[in-house]
Amino acid sequence: MTGTLDSKTPDGPLPEKWRRHQNNSRLVAPNNRRKFEIIIVGTGLAGGSAAATLGEQGYNVKSFCYQDSPRRAHSIAAQGGINAAKNYPNDGDSVYRLFYDTIKGGDFRSREANVYRLAEVANSIIDQCVEQGVPFAREYGGLLANRSFGGAQVSRTFYARGQTGQQLLLGAYQALSRQIAAGTVTMFPQTEMLDLVLVDGHAKGIITRNLITGEIVRHAADAVVLATGGYGNVFYLSTNARGCNVTATYRAYKKGALFANPCYTQIHPTCIPVSGDYQSKLTLMSESLRNDGRVWVPKRKEDCAKAPNDIPEADRDYYLERKYPSYGNLAPRDISSRSAKEVCDEGHGVGPGGRGVYLDFKDAIARLGEDTIRERYGNLFDIYEKITGDNAYHAPMRIYPAVHYTMGGLWVDYNLMSNIPGLHVIGEANFSDHGANRLGASALMQGLADGYFVLPYTLPNYLAGQLGKRPATDHPEFIKAEADVRERTRRMLEVDGKRSVDSFHRELGLLLWDKCGMARNAAGLQEAIARIPQLREEFWSNVNVPGYGETFNQSLERAGRVADFLEFGELMCRDALARDESCGGHFREEHQTAEGEALRNDKEFADVFAWEYQGGPAPEPKLHTEPLVFESVHLATRSYK
Amino acid sequence: MNFKLKIWRQTTREAKGELKSYEIEDISPATSFLEMLDILNEQLTTKGAEPIAFDSDCREGICGICSLTINGEAHGPSHPAAACQLYMREFKEGETITVEPFRVRSFPIVKDLVINRSALDRIVQAGGFVSARTGSAPEANSILVPKHNADVAMEAAACIGCGACAAACPNASAMLFTAAKISHLALLPQGQPERSRRVLRMVRQMDEEGFGNCTNTYECEAVCPAEISASFIARMNREYAIASLRERMGE
Repeated sequence: MTGTLDSKTPDGPLPEKWRRHQNNSRLVAPNNRRKFEIIIVGTGLAGGSAAATLGEQGYNVKSFCYQDSPRRAHSIAAQGGINAAKNYPNDGDSVYRLFYDTIKGGDFRSREANVYRLAEVANSIIDQCVEQGVPFAREYGGLLANRSFGGAQVSRTFYARGQTGQQLLLGAYQALSRQIAAGTVTMFPQTEMLDLVLVDGHAKGIITRNLITGEIVRHAADAVVLATGGYGNVFYLSTNARGCNVTATYRAYKKGALFANPCYTQIHPTCIPVSGDYQSKLTLMSESLRNDGRVWVPKRKEDCAKAPNDIPEADRDYYLERKYPSYGNLAPRDISSRSAKEVCDEGHGVGPGGRGVYLDFKDAIARLGEDTIRERYGNLFDIYEKITGDNAYHAPMRIYPAVHYTMGGLWVDYNLMSNIPGLHVIGEANFSDHGANRLGASALMQGLADGYFVLPYTLPNYLAGQLGKRPATDHPEFIKAEADVRERTRRMLEVDGKRSVDSFHRELGLLLWDKCGMARNAAGLQEAIARIPQLREEFWSNVNVPGYGETFNQSLERAGRVADFLEFGELMCRDALARDESCGGHFREEHQTAEGEALRNDKEFADVFAWEYQGGPAPEPKLHTEPLVFESVHLATRSYK
Repeated sequence: MNFKLKIWRQTTREAKGELKSYEIEDISPATSFLEMLDILNEQLTTKGAEPIAFDSDCREGICGICSLTINGEAHGPSHPAAACQLYMREFKEGETITVEPFRVRSFPIVKDLVINRSALDRIVQAGGFVSARTGSAPEANSILVPKHNADVAMEAAACIGCGACAAACPNASAMLFTAAKISHLALLPQGQPERSRRVLRMVRQMDEEGFGNCTNTYECEAVCPAEISASFIARMNREYAIASLRERMGE
């Protein structure tokens, strides 16, 4: 291992760090702000809230998204809720507890100071969103309502039916719309970032492709912010939107940004199982369902084909309640997912291929009535019925884990700046807050924390020294980056082979799900590392991308993204192989307790692994580490028993 | 299952489009409508033909990017659902299915089934927000919102912004879309200071974008994937009448 990274975490006791850092950070005066241009790629919770806030502060913001409107970013699909330590239910919550639950949920693989700051600003997010008119659930007295989520023993989750992500995103979108109307933000929809431009080692611009006209454009700025989400679609099937991709962060990686912990991926326990070969995505059923639903499989294998309602109580194995009595059905996501895989591997799975477990509301309906359950989860039951044709009020849902979120991302310091000066990374696209496993209702919290309350304080610290340093777009670095983008597009169109882009993506996804999914081992990872370059080679010699570069061409868009996944997948496997321990969502079969729980190795692996690109399509990257320093938290074995 | 498809093909905004016929075989009833189009596109690509352009993203009915008119109905025959939530088991074996983009003058066609709905963004930009400066919000529980108001506001706020309401309306009116946002914010205490200004600006922008007016046919409500009630249009009209009266009185 080489190189130790400096997280630039401020000194002082944990609860003081952020305030001290704010007091010591440089500022940009209001009259100077309009002299700065900031590029923000992505308009989800992180990118949308950052663009709105920085625009409001007086900066010139250019905001980019690949969808036809910023309102469609995939944050919109988040269902369950957003955490904060308001302690409204008076059940013992505090900033410290939210911090501790988050760091413990992440299996002690996240940066303490970042997580504490996240917990600290969470309350302001709720205030901000309520003020924007986000219609959170309320009690009859008019106060805000809360519910519980996995990995916590308090009720701290705020929600808007099963559409919390939608409502928070629309809040940010409306704030962004206000700035677009005010002229501080210029919106570029249907525009994809294809490269990052560095001038004198600083991130000073991007190259984009207009998805409607195919036009390649250079954009210069004083700083670049990536808010481009996660890379879950590397698995082909995931709960991500079809368009979600790794291109922006991977292009930045190829320009020198470090990619941290790419093997940390979250497999969400409650999704609708796969039904056919041509399935294009998996649908999540919010974790909030586990508040009232009980997870079980038949105790006897011969019962697996029976109708669930015909299996008597005594013959059901409520395995989460059995294995984790104190958290029960609300065990964290990684543990719940792995338990489902285990019972299915043992032959107790239900449904096609034996890849499913039951999520049963019978007891909750008996206790609370069907109307209460409908009020709480009605839209989720409707989604379930639309997709499967089954009514979950009458028979249990069938669920199985699916790829959902990626904790890894570009490495950032305490300022959310990558190792490339000027390149900031926020939301799911960075690596910093969730360690090896993210708790439910924490993604929305992190996206909005970064965008509303962290980046607007840390970005000026960089900008303050950059006045007048914005290059012109005819700088040789821009010309070269544009030429590279054009050349790559041309090569992709010229292959003119026999296989479709999607067929490559599906094959890569299956391979990764098999070798780098819920459980990994050295032999499997080495197989994948050997196979991916072959697949990549076949892609560049046999892919068929019809149409032209200078027109609207969805095959070309997908081809570019899949080409990056074909390199990134290998990086992910290399990281999983190097991390020779189990932690959170990263379960190495070689490292488990007698009961099959993840076995961490804090002595050797209490580090962030950050990879540096070394040229070529994807040769072995160089490893940098950031030791994780725990000043306030005692490293404990995670127990939810 | 086997199907005959008639799909709208149009190369650019200016080009003349036409319905082209395709046949597709051996589709499982559990296949979603968009997955069926994926399979067709894969077959077209393999044959060296140009695949059909259509927008899709979340594929779970929430992002609102779907823009298909299927057999003459916005989002197809199954309601309430966006086109991505439609499954082939809803169709009859051997059925001929016609697929066109949403037909609204204010949503120009970009290519094949892809349309430009930026008009809806501009309506929101005209005033569909609360001017809440980041960091200046009061403590969240300091303003009480009666549960009923919060619930009704949520029903309006659930709009996914797909524009099916305008596509289904004989007058190509976007009033359900606009009314949903106006109602959502008018129902909450946070939306009060800008209540009049918001409705005046949003309605005027809606007219400027060339959308038609409501003549109470309720087609919008029938196709809305988010089940937004047409009663919000009545609320918007009330809001608009009061606000314009106040405006005329110089308030």
